[in-house]
Amino acid sequence: MNQLGSDIGAGCPSGLAPSEAPIMSDPSAFVRRVDGQNRLSLTVRGAKCGACINRIESAVNALPGIETARLNLSTGDLEIGWRGSLKAPRIVSAVSALGYGVSPRDDDRSVSDEQREERGLLIALGVAGFATANIMLLSVSVWAGIGEMGETTRTVLHGISGIIALPAIIFSGRVFFKSAWSVLKHGHANMDVPISLALIIAFCVSVSETLRGGEQAYFDASVMLLFFLLIGRFLDARVRRKAHSSARDLAAMAHRTVMRVDPDGKARSVRASDIAVGDRILLAPGERAVVDMRITQGESDIDESLVTGESLTRSAGPGMHLLAGAVNLSQPLTGTALAAASDSLLADIARMLDAGEQRRSTYRRIADRAVSLYVPFVHTSALLAFIGWLIAGMGVNEALLIGVSTLIITCPCALALAAPVTQVVAAGRLFRSGTFLKSGDALERIAQCDYIIFDKTGTLTLGTPQLSGNIPPEALEAAARLARASRHPLSRAIVDAAGTGPLASDVREFAGLGLEGTVQGKPARLGSSEWVGADGSSGERSSLWFSQEGEPPVRFQFEDHVLDDAAVTIGRLHSAGYGMEIVSGDRAETVARVAQTLGINHWSAAASPRDKVKRLEQLEAEGHRVLMVGDGLNDAGALALAHASLAPGGAMDISQSASDAVYSKGLSALPRLICVAKQARKVMLENFAFAAAYNLVAVPVAITGHATPLVAAIAMSASSILVSLNALRLNAMRENL
Amino acid sequence: MSGLLFLIPIALGMGLVGLVAFLWAARSGQFDDPDGAANRILVDEDRPLPTNGEKDSAE
Repeated sequence: MNQLGSDIGAGCPSGLAPSEAPIMSDPSAFVRRVDGQNRLSLTVRGAKCGACINRIESAVNALPGIETARLNLSTGDLEIGWRGSLKAPRIVSAVSALGYGVSPRDDDRSVSDEQREERGLLIALGVAGFATANIMLLSVSVWAGIGEMGETTRTVLHGISGIIALPAIIFSGRVFFKSAWSVLKHGHANMDVPISLALIIAFCVSVSETLRGGEQAYFDASVMLLFFLLIGRFLDARVRRKAHSSARDLAAMAHRTVMRVDPDGKARSVRASDIAVGDRILLAPGERAVVDMRITQGESDIDESLVTGESLTRSAGPGMHLLAGAVNLSQPLTGTALAAASDSLLADIARMLDAGEQRRSTYRRIADRAVSLYVPFVHTSALLAFIGWLIAGMGVNEALLIGVSTLIITCPCALALAAPVTQVVAAGRLFRSGTFLKSGDALERIAQCDYIIFDKTGTLTLGTPQLSGNIPPEALEAAARLARASRHPLSRAIVDAAGTGPLASDVREFAGLGLEGTVQGKPARLGSSEWVGADGSSGERSSLWFSQEGEPPVRFQFEDHVLDDAAVTIGRLHSAGYGMEIVSGDRAETVARVAQTLGINHWSAAASPRDKVKRLEQLEAEGHRVLMVGDGLNDAGALALAHASLAPGGAMDISQSASDAVYSKGLSALPRLICVAKQARKVMLENFAFAAAYNLVAVPVAITGHATPLVAAIAMSASSILVSLNALRLNAMRENL
Repeated sequence: MSGLLFLIPIALGMGLVGLVAFLWAARSGQFDDPDGAANRILVDEDRPLPTNGEKDSAE
């Protein structure tokens, strides 16, 4: 929101994330008492680098009584513990004053479920890795000793391998066994079924081979299989957890607190979810309304840019309706809640998000489709090998051994790694250029899109008004002296243009009218045309007038400028063949001007959140796959329902949660993201093709009985490494859209 | 041949030590914030470590 207007140095110093405007809310309702210590969990947005950790932790540690302050950079969780009389709002303002977004979080668990799952997978991976390495140590001596090693030594080595393998398979294999069992109960099969079968049968056959004193035990292959599969599973879980942590940000948004004025006249900070219809609410300047309300007292200016897309502020007075998400700018407002937090516009949009989530969960990932082709193929070929050799007159034991070696060697190591490794590499590359992916399949979906819908305010434009036209420098400087006292966006725009400087004396702000004060000994006014007594058309909101005693009034005009890189970016996307459209909630003239500047032919204005969704559905019905780019609360529904969606880093947190990726550093991130998505998709398909080719070679080798444990071990590890190396190629690919 | 009798246990023992160390690290939350851990090394500040860092992670 505040990309240019904020002071230099706020927010992440690396520039990976823009600074956020300080929005105060009182988190006192979220403080927990544990063993006499006060604990507070906050979600911090915008912290992306080591310097952020340092700034945030030292700012909090400098407060009196703080005992612990630790920021988890991966999840954005800031855990604070303190003793004494320190008030929670001071902690929040210490962090938000640095330019980071802060909201309290409503869980006292320091470890979430996803985090626990990821940790479990990591431990399973560690155990499997230990077993693989040690069994391989023994297996290498068995292979090296073929022809020389005595049967007893070989059996002892196999025996030790089996003793290591058993607990490892039971412990680390649980992940697959559980999932396989739960789908088998319902009469379905997934990738975990053949994996579990391969693990169990290979282990049992190897045990019987060892007992018989045979040469071929597949302990190494089965544990190695487990190890490689767990790597894929772990990477997948990590990508998924990152997606979930952003969903939690949305919950944190709903956990904002509200100042409620109780019947006894005292203002108290309560959770938004505790607000009932009819409650009196106090909205301080700078605060965002969490529920829809009607104003009963006070006059102020409100910024609804994130709710409606309207780029100019509106004055608010008693009797007016204020939508959740609007920011109060100048004076405190009191009002009555028109809806509980669960019925407000915010909750409505949250429901749209739910609908979007559900629709997205029906998206079948390339990996899922590959698996569904794969499972029957593996089972049939192993079974056919077994039956075929039986019919050919081989003993049950030998035929079983061949069947098992087929099952093992075709097992989907490369397949399991193909997608997660590619996603991790692509996400890492995008992260370095300032784009954060939120879900693993986002890349696949972004690569498929052929039509782009843009929101205007804050997406194609700066989102904050900028001074335009030529203003005499003396007038600008004089007006800035008044404007520096106000947080009205138009005043901020004047200050941006004039830079730092002195303040006028006795400045007073009149909501909806303007400012008054004394500049260089002469009374001066800055505000609407009526306010300064100039003859301009009334109600014109995109200009301000400044008058000083004895001088003619000066007119300041403002425009929401188009982003510097927007024209180039749109041009690149045009030449890459994308259809583009602007759907904005702003007024038609403004939208038309932006569309014309950028050369986008289709546009619609004054669109409600529902209109945006409708347009989206219409396009999808025409067969387009739509990529939605937007930042406002009014875009959140459309962002959630689009085939894929993006939000700029300055977007409202709810919109960031609804989208697949969040980009910073301007619109030029868009073609880069699309390009990386396409390359990732290509690499992923290559990996799957490779896995298929590998099987076409491996199956005949196994069926003819040539897949000895040595061959299985080499084939499996070689294919996994090749797939991973191919994914790493993504880092070196050049951008060309 | 008799060398194997003590060499194999030593090899396995060394592996086990590594495994136990890894399990301890994972359980005490040292892998929970990989991005933070990578960046914290750059935080250049000489001050005593907070004494309750371990207490937190043991929970």
